Amino acid sequence: MPTVPDPLPPDPHAMIRFSGVVKRFGDNVVLDHLDFTVAPGEFVSLIGPSGSGKTTILRLLMTLEKVDGGTIEVCGDYLSHVRKGDRLGRADEKHLRAMRRRIGMVFQQFNLFPNMNVLRNITEAPVRSLGLAADEAEARALDLLDMVGLSDKAQAHPAQLSGGQQQRVAIARALAMRPDVLLLDEVTSALDPELVADVLRVLRDIATSTDITILCVTHEMQFAQDVSDRVMMFDHGRVLEDAVPEKLFSEPGHERTRRFLRAVIDRE
Amino acid sequence: MSNVPHIVTSVLSGLTATVEAALGGIALTVVLSLVAGLALLSPSRLVRGIARVYVEIFRGTSEVVQLFWLFFVLPVLVGFQLVPLFAGIMVLGLNHGAYGAEVVRGAVRSVPKAQYEGAIALNLSPAQRMFRVLLPQAFVEMLPPFNNLFIQLLKSTALLSFISAGEIAEQGELLRPVFGADLGWIYATELVLYLLLAILITIGMRALERSAARRLGRTPPARAKVFASAGGAG
Amino acid sequence: MNWSWQAAVESLPLLLKGLLVTVELTLLGSVLAYLLGLALAVLRRARIPVLSQAIWLFVEFVRSTPLLIQVFVLFWLLPSLTGFKMSAFVSGVVALGLHYASYTAEVYRAGIDAVPKGQWEAAVALNLPRAHVWRAVILPQAIPRVLPALGNYTISMFKETPLLLSIGVLDVLYQAKAVGAETFRVVEPYTMAGVLFLLVSLPASILVRRLERRRAHSA
Repeated sequence: MPTVPDPLPPDPHAMIRFSGVVKRFGDNVVLDHLDFTVAPGEFVSLIGPSGSGKTTILRLLMTLEKVDGGTIEVCGDYLSHVRKGDRLGRADEKHLRAMRRRIGMVFQQFNLFPNMNVLRNITEAPVRSLGLAADEAEARALDLLDMVGLSDKAQAHPAQLSGGQQQRVAIARALAMRPDVLLLDEVTSALDPELVADVLRVLRDIATSTDITILCVTHEMQFAQDVSDRVMMFDHGRVLEDAVPEKLFSEPGHERTRRFLRAVIDRE
Repeated sequence: MSNVPHIVTSVLSGLTATVEAALGGIALTVVLSLVAGLALLSPSRLVRGIARVYVEIFRGTSEVVQLFWLFFVLPVLVGFQLVPLFAGIMVLGLNHGAYGAEVVRGAVRSVPKAQYEGAIALNLSPAQRMFRVLLPQAFVEMLPPFNNLFIQLLKSTALLSFISAGEIAEQGELLRPVFGADLGWIYATELVLYLLLAILITIGMRALERSAARRLGRTPPARAKVFASAGGAG
Repeated sequence: MNWSWQAAVESLPLLLKGLLVTVELTLLGSVLAYLLGLALAVLRRARIPVLSQAIWLFVEFVRSTPLLIQVFVLFWLLPSLTGFKMSAFVSGVVALGLHYASYTAEVYRAGIDAVPKGQWEAAVALNLPRAHVWRAVILPQAIPRVLPALGNYTISMFKETPLLLSIGVLDVLYQAKAVGAETFRVVEPYTMAGVLFLLVSLPASILVRRLERRRAHSA
């Protein structure tokens, strides 16, 4: 789709806004005219069954996928569109790169670079894409390693670390870019249960001590309940429920939510 | 420009020899690959050893050298001269059979061990195990590498120009001194012919793969390209 | 048996001279094939509209047609078209390099495809410039994986060089033929040529196999 007719003007108060977003994979409509906003500094947890589109939302924000319909705004600017007269057209790579500066992502599989040590993993992007001086990047990296509790692992290689340690390095790597928005894609799902707690502790710290806007896809319901400002329950590409955790977890409005929560929480 | 029809027909006159050499070489390759490949899997150390010597000698030396040896040296040693085409087919078969032996061996070994154990549990004899259980399943795995190998063989038929077997490359070289201004046409014709033959081989092998996979109840992986995927060079 | 050990030994000096040329051809041709193949693989992956398809066509064409004809094209056709003539040796190196680049391009492609998609995605998430992603993340992971395959192609190239005697390159086989023409004994020089090939390619193959095994273990 080349242009969007009659677009709504960008909302300066929202950090993130999805307007009528449609995403298809082949015949499968994963996101079906999705609308939601996220305020600056909010910690929003996205929960719901697999295939409900939660990860797709993060991947669209990180420009790993393209929307098939609708628009996404980040910090008041269109993510992948530009204004052409009174219509919108697709943005070019230059625009995408500028938008990506504000967004960081931590992946389920960590995706650390195995041919670099921990320190270089964290300093590589600040030096190469933000243009930071090497020593400034290194100082920032060491601070972050301290924050995630891995100061002594700066020279280690990813292969020498446990899953939980690798994920904490991945978090430090994303934070080193000083993003406005941090996307967490099931960051504890690939970890052994004993290692999950350390990672969640780090995420809790980030949530309370910074004003980064965070979107967190997770199955860790207790964590979502404790740390989120808001929880969104997804099903079949639509927002089923959107409420503060106290309300959603204790008195869910939808039967589907109730069933989902019962199944997930009883399992733990 | 008026030379072109003559050039094309001249080059084409080598097609018969090329096709004969290729088909003969492929036939001999198939036979030797099976025999040597199975020999490499034999429980007998002697049989394995003989096969291993054959494979290493023909894989480890140059095909051109083998061709010269068979055509120029062997007559001196045993007394009779081989007809060029026949010598060519022998070398093509012996050389590519050695590579094919490894393909057969690898494919049989890639059949899941559970199949082998099931055959033992059913009290099948070693021959039955090989021919009724392992080889039929290994067959589908063998086809893509053999596709590459046969195209290698086709390309190697050009080497027979060294011993005057009347194939395409030689026909082109015979024209070169006479039609120096039309070299482009000579080589273009040759290259297109080889390309078409290579495509024919691939089409045939893909069809074989589909029917073999169907008989096993499997669908072979979809491949969009008409050309064979990369395999080993000679 | 019609074998003379004396003739065999006497043929060695010339054969070894030819072997040196063969080794030079192989090394130079390999370097060209390694570098060009990498360039082709990266360019193809970059998905530039016309260029990438053209590269694919070129690679498939070169790979599916005989090296001998390609040698003739470079040595006979190119001068007649452009007036630019290369020596037999240089023509040989270029032909070997181009032909084997079509193989190594595929090898590199496989190695690049084997790098997990997550590496690319992390690089996008960190907004790393494309060229730098190739240099610092993808190629350092792709190339070590494919070294055994590249080694095997060098060995293959070594065994294919004798066909260059058709344009007068002074390799092992050319020298064997020369010795045979001079001494009227063909058995010894050709056999020794074969032996020389074995003596080089067998240890080389064992080395490559060992390299392969070590990679499989550390992976």
